[in-house]
Amino acid sequence: MTKVLAISGSLRSDSHNTNLLRNAVGLFGDDVEVEILDGLKDVPPYDEDDDREGASEAVHALRAAFAGADAVFISTPEYNSSIPGQLKNALDWVSRPLATNPLRNKPAAVVGASTGAFGAVWAQAELRKVLAAIGARVVEAEVAVGHAPTRFDEDGTLVDDDLREQLGEVAGALVSAVAERQELARTAA
Amino acid sequence: MSTTQTKIPAGTWSLDPVHSTVGFEIGYLAGTFRGTFRDVQVQLDVADGPARIVGTANVASVDVKDENLAAHLQSPDFFDTERFAELRFVAEKVDLETETVEAPGEITIKGATKPVEVTGTLSEPITDAWGNERLGLRLEATVDRTEFGLDWNMPLPTGDQALANTVTIRAELQLVKAA
Repeated sequence: MTKVLAISGSLRSDSHNTNLLRNAVGLFGDDVEVEILDGLKDVPPYDEDDDREGASEAVHALRAAFAGADAVFISTPEYNSSIPGQLKNALDWVSRPLATNPLRNKPAAVVGASTGAFGAVWAQAELRKVLAAIGARVVEAEVAVGHAPTRFDEDGTLVDDDLREQLGEVAGALVSAVAERQELARTAA
Repeated sequence: MSTTQTKIPAGTWSLDPVHSTVGFEIGYLAGTFRGTFRDVQVQLDVADGPARIVGTANVASVDVKDENLAAHLQSPDFFDTERFAELRFVAEKVDLETETVEAPGEITIKGATKPVEVTGTLSEPITDAWGNERLGLRLEATVDRTEFGLDWNMPLPTGDQALANTVTIRAELQLVKAA
């Protein structure tokens, strides 16, 4: 079974981006297991000294979650035209050492929601750049949910059919990228 | 290396990998950045008429001065070695008769195959210390990396890009004739 690690870049409990992830879970299909990452808030600031001397349990759990996934699916808000510090910080931990990090060649998808009109497009572009620099295989499909408070109902369900369709396309592109990679590994074996 | 118009003996000439270098040069920031590939194979077949060269490089063997840069070069941002493990050059009509070697062929980078003009120089064959016939061949080609899907760049504060698109590929080869 394909495993997807889903990460919301927002920590607040009623986050639009976490809602967007929850909506995506059902669009992946029965043969895909989606785990929404818990514990982003527990990850300490990246410090190479701490990494060398033995990273915290939260960091071990974070790295294990990435290593155990076939793909990652990230929904990011936009803070000051870029990605939230806690999300970047987590990726910085995961990325070291760069040559052997668990995101290397791993398919990754980026979506985003914001209260403004543009749906975190600048943060999404930044996140794609960061993921590519770490070595991930970033899929091109994207979803930008602008005016986020108007796009979800009281239960957090996405009420815009076009956006739901786009979200499904991103999920599909991510699963296809995983399948292509698995086929490549089979051929090489 | 002196050039020659001596006829090259027919046969199969194989690479001496230790004393050969295959690499690339590209403008980066204010200078030229160079890298090489450690694992390279080249064969030159000489018969009546044009010679043939086939060369391959294992992209994962890319050798630069920083391991993190080597990792980045192998990622999907650049060569994507997981999907495209090999660089390949094939020239079927290599002219070794003139002072300047002409080796038009096809080069495959990141899965894309394009025609490429390759020129170079050839040294006169010698008999080496072990009694083998040995020649030197220097080849050079220029490609636009973006035509092969290597599009990474980083904008500078001025708006210029950090990395050039034009790449010079340079091969300095020593080839030994099969007995």
